[in-house]
Amino acid sequence: MASRIKAIVIHEKDTVAVALEALSAGSEVIVAPGDAPALRIKLISPIPMGHKFALKDHEKGTPVIKYGEPIGTSTAPIARGEHVHVHNVAGKKEPGGRP
Amino acid sequence: MTFFQGFRRSDGLAGTRNFVLVIPSVGCSQGAARAIARGRKDVVYLPNILGCGQVGDDQALVKKTLAGFGWNPNVFSVLVVGNGCETLIPESLGEEIARSGKRTEVIVIQKVGGVRKTVALGRKIVGEMLADASKLSREPVPVSELILGTECGGSDYTSGLASNPAVGCASDMLIAEGGTVILSETPELIGAEHLLARRARTPEIARKVLDAVAWWEKKAIEGGQNIRDVNPSPGNMEGGITTLEEKSLGCIHKAGTTTLEEFVPAAARPTSKGLVYMDTPAHDIEQLTCMVAGGAQIVVFTTGRGTPPGSPIAPVIKITGNRDTFLCMRDSMDVDVSGIVRGRQTVRDAGQKVFDQIVAVASGKTTKAERLGQRDFCIFKVNMNI
Repeated sequence: MASRIKAIVIHEKDTVAVALEALSAGSEVIVAPGDAPALRIKLISPIPMGHKFALKDHEKGTPVIKYGEPIGTSTAPIARGEHVHVHNVAGKKEPGGRP
Repeated sequence: MTFFQGFRRSDGLAGTRNFVLVIPSVGCSQGAARAIARGRKDVVYLPNILGCGQVGDDQALVKKTLAGFGWNPNVFSVLVVGNGCETLIPESLGEEIARSGKRTEVIVIQKVGGVRKTVALGRKIVGEMLADASKLSREPVPVSELILGTECGGSDYTSGLASNPAVGCASDMLIAEGGTVILSETPELIGAEHLLARRARTPEIARKVLDAVAWWEKKAIEGGQNIRDVNPSPGNMEGGITTLEEKSLGCIHKAGTTTLEEFVPAAARPTSKGLVYMDTPAHDIEQLTCMVAGGAQIVVFTTGRGTPPGSPIAPVIKITGNRDTFLCMRDSMDVDVSGIVRGRQTVRDAGQKVFDQIVAVASGKTTKAERLGQRDFCIFKVNMNI
């Protein structure tokens, strides 16, 4: 029997996954970005339902990709498994985002 | 070919509803219009507070919106109620609507001799109109004659994952049958405009899409505002949406995958079949009003957080991909596509479910918003009232 899907990667280019339930820090989640091999991510912060976590390390000032397109720029370094939201991502024309 | 059961109009168009519409041409005659419509099923009035003290674009938008509601095929006949000194001349609004071939009457409070006499005369006229409307029956109409408005409000993470892709799938199905689908809300196209522009039939249509986004950005900045201060909203952010681009990328899923055939300004009637972009605000009720003024006989409205609005004359189907919202706001939600998020339903199955619901509602099935009496109306304004 397949275990419950806890998170989803929408596009193979994405650098974030979406939690389909509240996930706790320290837990491990397996995600499968399209046809790419599955990734095992150890969460380093709690992720509320519907929120995003990083699939890879992002340096400050790098694009965050969801739906295969940039949704913003990291305003701080983001580690793999970390919560990705307004505290560390800015959209275009927001402080810290692209002009 | 798929058919719905609709009302055929004298101008050849077909409606999903059969209303007698009372339109106050100005806020001053709104009370009389409301009293004329009161207590009568299938008579609706538009709670219009504008029509005076306006210039330029706004004056044109008010007339276009009110006339568009009169033209909408869901309306059988129209009574315009004026006050008499407003900048939007009630007779000229009446003439514009009468070009549809529908019976259109105009009564003016200052000429009739007060509000009470106007209400009495108006109730007599709508009584006659109702009697004629009730003689009409539904008949089979191909779904190719539908103009479907699409909208999202109160978005959360499920909007981009489930409800918008399901609507996109239904949009593709309707367009494959020869129908028309309107995508709109330009401030929520920001960050995804390049993807829509790429799908345009001609470079000119692509340029209009990009210019519309640039106009909204410029207009907001001129007013000392940043669109991002209100968008994403606090509820969007709590629901997992981080930036405007993320919201927009989820939003355009409603448009499915077909070629963009036309660009129309707010409240204008599309002339093409297929996917059409309408340049409207993202404000839920203004956007809804613009699409219905443009001739949409039916609207699909996706929500994550739960959004109740409906239109005075067009059925609005609420679709959510959030199971908790579906259960918590059952009185407002029509279709549950949360199975997509829970891995129990494919987007294609959910799209079919949405398409089937569109056909059923177009044929007379009432929506939750209709049952709740949600007759929301708000005209898009560009400038301040004078």
